[in-house]
Formats: sequence, structure tokens, C-alpha cells
Amino acid sequence: MSKYNLDYLDELEAEAIHIMREVAGQFEKPALLFSGGKDSITLVRLAEKAFRPGKFPFPLVHIDTGHNFKETIDYRDRMIERIGEKLIIGYVQDSIDQGKVVEQTGKNASRNALQTVTLLDTIALHGFDACIGGARRDEEKARAKERIFSVRDEFGQWDPKRQRPELWNIYNGKIHKGENVRVFPISNWTELDVWNYIKREQIELPSIYFAHERDVITRNGQLMAASPFLNMDDEDVVERKRVRFRTVGDMSCTAAVESGADQLDDIIAEISASKISERGARMDDKVSEAAMEDRKKGGYF
Amino acid sequence: MNILKFFTAGSVDDGKSTLIGRLLYDTDSILADQLEALQASNRKNDDGTIDLAILTDGLRAEREQGITIDVAYKYFQTDKRKFIIADTPGHIQYTRNMVTGASTAKLAIILIDSRNGVVEQTIRHSYLVSLLGIQHVVVCLNKMDMVSYSETVFEAITAKYKELATQLKLKEVTFIPVSALKGDNVVNESENMPWYKGSSLLHFLESVDVADEDYGLARMPVQWVIRPQTEALHDYRGYAGRILSGTFHVNDRVTVLPSGNSSVIERIEIFDQEPDQAHTGQSVTLHLKDDIDISRGDVLVNSDHLPQQAQLIEADICWMDTRPLDDSITYLLQHNSKLTKCKIREIIHKVDINTLEEQEAYEFKLNDIGRVVVKTAEPLAFDIYAENKANGAAILIDSRTNLTVAALMFRASVE
Repeated sequence: MSKYNLDYLDELEAEAIHIMREVAGQFEKPALLFSGGKDSITLVRLAEKAFRPGKFPFPLVHIDTGHNFKETIDYRDRMIERIGEKLIIGYVQDSIDQGKVVEQTGKNASRNALQTVTLLDTIALHGFDACIGGARRDEEKARAKERIFSVRDEFGQWDPKRQRPELWNIYNGKIHKGENVRVFPISNWTELDVWNYIKREQIELPSIYFAHERDVITRNGQLMAASPFLNMDDEDVVERKRVRFRTVGDMSCTAAVESGADQLDDIIAEISASKISERGARMDDKVSEAAMEDRKKGGYF
Repeated sequence: MNILKFFTAGSVDDGKSTLIGRLLYDTDSILADQLEALQASNRKNDDGTIDLAILTDGLRAEREQGITIDVAYKYFQTDKRKFIIADTPGHIQYTRNMVTGASTAKLAIILIDSRNGVVEQTIRHSYLVSLLGIQHVVVCLNKMDMVSYSETVFEAITAKYKELATQLKLKEVTFIPVSALKGDNVVNESENMPWYKGSSLLHFLESVDVADEDYGLARMPVQWVIRPQTEALHDYRGYAGRILSGTFHVNDRVTVLPSGNSSVIERIEIFDQEPDQAHTGQSVTLHLKDDIDISRGDVLVNSDHLPQQAQLIEADICWMDTRPLDDSITYLLQHNSKLTKCKIREIIHKVDINTLEEQEAYEFKLNDIGRVVVKTAEPLAFDIYAENKANGAAILIDSRTNLTVAALMFRASVE
């Protein structure tokens, strides 16, 4: 009798591939939600490992707030070209033009909250029954309790009190018409695991993850990229700083950190020593202690 | 470096959340903004120190009620190992959550309040650990600071627990005296208990051997068939799945169940690698020499070690739904990638999990545990749970609600 122990990255990878293949096997019309951030880029790599030399059994779906970092969109388009898979884009601007959502006003206005409506509309339009996302349980305390197969009702809502027991590695993807499942293959990964995997697999990332010079303003104690999407006034002082981003979201709600880390090794060293969690750089989580729980209940990623 | 998944059984009163909070806090796994939120939440212990239990309370309802309702997963690492904690609630009404958390764990921490010793809850938690077949058990005798760090108290509880462990056939049991509140023997070894010669909880967790044992039972349920159907890859046909147990080698003879057809492994692929063998836990793509009909739900097994095949199966069951078991309706049974209809043919008994007594049962409600006979619409290729967990477990789904209503652990096929 022999014994086996997989290295942690191999184990996390094998688990994620298993989950992706369950999605392919259990659902009629799945999709992979692609944000352009490192977690969804990791998902694309895992999908390649799960399904090549075949095609992905799902398209990629990007919810475009219109307030993107240009670097992210350039990256997205190059990646799609490389992998030869289908990309579907849902535009928040369309939701605004259709009068389904109203643009926020005021100094902290952001389109981050609006994208939930666009996401749900895109899911309904295409009839997606499963959406693969890059959320991780270490990100935030509401996410720590979410299942890997997380059922949403026809309004896209997550009900934390009605979660199905999820036992062993058996995933129950049975749903009623109109419902859909959010699937999180990298639930058990930490931020550091993702970075170490990116390094091991030599995955290319959008350049904004690496240190660069940028005009920023300080708001609520955080560094925000100066851009036309940010409502600025005379009190805002624009400074040129060497920064990088730890997450990639809407420009109006993603904060930068001062950093000189321009190589993967530097970033890994920085995160290992860091005392701020990555969602700490997201203004959207700061509103109340239960901010993420509320957004998830409403249908957010 | 590898990963250890463990779960913690105990209630808030035993200091379970404090213990986990202490593990995270003392291993420097709490980040500044989380600490800030912790301090802002203004919940303090009697002595004015921060209440570490808040770190593991996730959902608003739980914060309001001050109890852990669901399973929360927590992550931390040291330079020796990565850890995933399934923090599960201890009260009897959350037995299903504990079973859920325990199902993927390789080690269980059972928390005992040293002032109270082995109580009804300890028996219940230990029974679940035994039922779920968890190899390693660490019994943490907490609140040692409140019993004057007494060796006599420790010895008395330990002796009592050993009787229970024998009764439940628990294999490897380790006892550690701790104070989660004060930090004794959680991460750092305690100076208050010089009579204790063992290691701290964390040092034990870092060093315990949890490698998967290979019993030669090679099993791989097919999840998906990869068929590019392009000109260049016209004949490519790969069976994609994750190896549940055992090792597959190139040239091994394998049998496809339930059809019973057999072939030989021509090639193993892990993305762009083509290894000679692949083992437990790896997600692979297998190619066979013969063109036989295989689809999702089939399982590839080593032809020398076939699993059991049956439609009438005796199983331990944990009921997880608010609607009671109904032996007149048809459920769905999901056994890895296989989905088939089934009925509960017989309820053999129910276990009073506080006293371990087996009772005659006429109904089966939420959190009830016992033994049943299930009849499946198609034959299942399974192993006995006690011998090969990964191929010995299944869930029941109620097709009216689509909810997962029960956990099944197979014991034997019924003649």
C-alpha cells in the first residue's frame, strides 16, 4: 500500500477542473463570467486544462460598466483572440439607456451597483442556467459561507438560509426553470494561491496589476485613479504616484496601492507581508459590515 | 506543501469560535482591515480583550444571534502546511451542517469544556466523526485556565473519552489541554501546564500524516467526454474525470461500469502532460485502446478490483431536509457523476445520537441519522464507505424541491 499527497496547487487545480467539468456535464447552457481580473483569468486557464483540445462548453460573458481600465479591455480582446472562444458582452450603458437603472450622482458615484441589473438581464436574455465565477471564500466573510454550487432564484437572489448541504465532492446542480446556479471553482483558493498559480503557469495579466506611474487622488483614505469616470472637485488633489491594483473592477470603485512591485515575485512577496486584504481596496465593501451579504442577496457576483 | 482540511465540532459555549479565532490570530492570519472591523464591532470579552469569535461569524443573522448557523470556511497557512477549516455549528438542530463540514475533512477537532467533561454533545459529535469515517481525531480540552490547569482533571476526562473512542471504533485520537481564551497550547506551547509533554494544537496539525492511502481500488467516474471533432483531431475521444481513489497506469486493463465492457488504457493526459500513471485526486483525461460506448455517469475501474454492483443497497443515512423522509415517493440519487432514481425500501433503525441507542423508526425527520435500504432504478458501482469513502457516498435529491435531502454512506449490497 502506498500513500499519495498532492502538492497544494495541484490539489486546488484538480478540484477546480473537476467543478468545471461538473458544470459542463450537468447544465444545458452554462457561461463563464469574465471580469478581466486575475481570478477570472485563472478560470480561463483552468477551463483550458479541463476541456482542451476541445472547445469550452460555454461562452465567456463580460459585464462592461463602460468605466473600465483600458488595459483590461485590451487584455480581454487579445485573450479572446488567443483562445478562440466566444465572448458575450453585456453593457451597463444599455441598461442606463433603456431606463432600467439610473446613474448614481455625487462624489462617490459608481457604476458598480448598476452592473447587477445588466448581469441579470444578460443571464435572462441568453437563458444561462449556470454562471461560473471567480469568487473565493477567503475574500470576505459572507463569501466564506457560500457553496461551490450556489443556487439563485429567478430574481438572481442568494438566500443564505436556504443553501443546500454540499457533501463530499458531489455537486447538486438540479434547478427549476428560471433559476440558475453560480459556480465558484476557486472557492478554496486564497489570494496568495492565485498569485502562486499565475506564476507557476506563467499566465499573462493586465499591466495594471504591476507597479506603474499614475495620476491618483486620495479619497476616504484610499488611492483612486484620476479618470473622467470619477466625480472630482476642487478638494481633490491629483498626485503622480507609483501604484498597482490588487483587484480589477470598475475604475470608480477600485483603489490602488502604492507599490514598486513590477514582477510577480515582488507581488507575491508584497502580499505575503501585506496587512490589508484585497477587498479592503474595494470601496464597495466599506458601506456597512454586511455590505457583501446584501449585494449577494440582490444578485451580485 | 500540502493541504489539511479539518473541521471543528463544539458549541459556542465550549469556545469553538474563540479557538479558531485564536489559531488565526496567533498565526498572524488576520489582516489589518479585518482587525479594524473586529475592533469597530465593539464586542469584548469580560476582561476587555477582543472577542476573537467574531472572526468566524459570517452572516448577519449569526452576528445578531451570536451563534454559528452554517458552515464557514476559513483559510490559513504556516510555512509547513496550508489549512482549510470547516467551522460548523455544534447544536443538535445543526447536525446536517456538521455532517456537511465533516464530509470533506481529514481531521476532526472535538472540543470539550474541561469544567464539564464528556457530555451528551461530545458523544453526538464523536458519533458523527465515526459515522463519517474521519481518520484523525484531536480532542481539545478547552478552558483549562478555569480548572486551574489541573492534570487530574485532564487525566479523568481523557480516560472517560477513551472508553467512548473504543465504543465508536475511532482510530487515532490525540488529547491536547488548551485555553483558547488565554492562548495555552493552541499555537504556542503553554507554560501553565508543565505536566503536558505533547505538542501544541498547531504543531500537531502541521505534522500529522494525512496522505491518501491507496488500496488499489482505481476508480474514475466519467464527467465529460472530450471530442473536438476537428479535422486534425477527428478520432480524439478522451474521458475526462477526477480519480476518486487508486492509481491508473498506461496499459492497465479497465472495466467500464455499469456496461461491463473492458479495454486497456492507451494514454493518460493531464492537459499538455502525458504521465505514465495518475493517482487519487488528479483530474485527468483517459484514452482507451478500444472504441467502446462510454458517457457521463459511467465509471472506469481497475479490472482486477471491481467494486460492488447492486440496485438494493444498505446505507447509513443522515436526513437533511425539513420535509421528512417519504418512502412512497421517488428520489434522485447522485453518486459522483451518476444520477439515478431511487426509493427508500426500508428503514432499518434510527440512532439516538445522544445515547447511541438504535431504535425502531417509523419516520425520519431533519437531522435524524440511521440505516436504510435504498432501491435504485439502475445498478450502482460502489465501494463500501468504510473502505473507500470517495466511491461509497451519495446524496439524495427531492425532485419536487431539487434540494439535497440526505447523505448516504453505503454499507453493503443486499441479496
